[in-house]
Amino acid sequence: MIDLSDALAAVRTHRRADDVVITTMAASRAWMEAGTQPLDFTFVPSCMGHATSLGLGLALAQPKRRIIVCNGDGSMLMNLGSLVTITSQAPSNLVVIVLDNGVYEVTGAQPTPGSAEGRSLGHAVDFAAIARGAGFNAVYRFSTTEEWAARSAEALGARGPVFIWLDVRPVPGRAGPRSPGPAAQRAQAFMYALGVRPL
Amino acid sequence: MFSGEQIASLFASLGLTHVLTVPDSTIGRWENEIESSGISIVRVCREGEAWAVAGGLYLGGASPIVMIQCTGLFESGDALRNMLHEWKLPIYSMIGYRSYLNQDTLPGDTTLVFTEPILAAWKLDVRLITQPSQLPVVAEHYRECKAAAIPGVALIAEGKA
Repeated sequence: MIDLSDALAAVRTHRRADDVVITTMAASRAWMEAGTQPLDFTFVPSCMGHATSLGLGLALAQPKRRIIVCNGDGSMLMNLGSLVTITSQAPSNLVVIVLDNGVYEVTGAQPTPGSAEGRSLGHAVDFAAIARGAGFNAVYRFSTTEEWAARSAEALGARGPVFIWLDVRPVPGRAGPRSPGPAAQRAQAFMYALGVRPL
Repeated sequence: MFSGEQIASLFASLGLTHVLTVPDSTIGRWENEIESSGISIVRVCREGEAWAVAGGLYLGGASPIVMIQCTGLFESGDALRNMLHEWKLPIYSMIGYRSYLNQDTLPGDTTLVFTEPILAAWKLDVRLITQPSQLPVVAEHYRECKAAAIPGVALIAEGKA
């Protein structure tokens, strides 16, 4: 198991200056705690499940930038079809990271229907098999901090679309993320940071 | 109602770059001409995705349009709410109004009961298009919504006509 903070620290380490990083749910909270910059898109408030779709749109509109989506497993389960939509477009600049803690953490850590605890047969859903079946170009799974630290540069740098599945520890008892400001103003500031509109 | 050539020409004249769509038997027939015009078609697996992909495209500087049937509007709720009302992204959509033109011959489609009240509930600026002669109304409405930076809907009557 990987601590959420360690999982995201590797993304920070290998993030290029022009990369966009989208975070959602618990990942947003942890990412904001370590500091943000103008090309971060903290997807709070969100429509749960749609960070991957938002990332696809950004990847298509900004093909010269790498777009990294830090998603949760509960969110991923809500929009598995987006993996098929992504591969139908095959953006080489899109990286989807699923931070899998097996629970809906921000609502009190109830098991997801994809976790071993949430399933009658006791076997967790295989996100890597789903991603491969959907047609992702590169698929990785890491279960230890050491593995992730050693190969995160390779995985993040692979030709996309890339799917990275990380086993992370839940952080029970923490509140969900709060928007760092009015969403509409943040959208405008983000577009300014991308260079697609004046302030 | 409209041919693929008419829609493709309209979209090109509006400067649209991407069409997010799940087809129905009316709007699906426009795909080839839209693609031939150089506008990208992004085929999503469910309509809720369309709003979030469109949101990402808009944030990234593209000019997307969502093109779905009204049944897909029903499916779209939370994504639409978040993109249009929380992030206030002015995404325009073209929504097929199933059975509107068949009310005399095929009554009883509940899309006729729910479509307009749901669009009203979502506080969207809507133009109902029931005649082929109204194609310029769509262009005018799109430009009005773009100038005002608000989302808008062209609600396209579907059926026998």
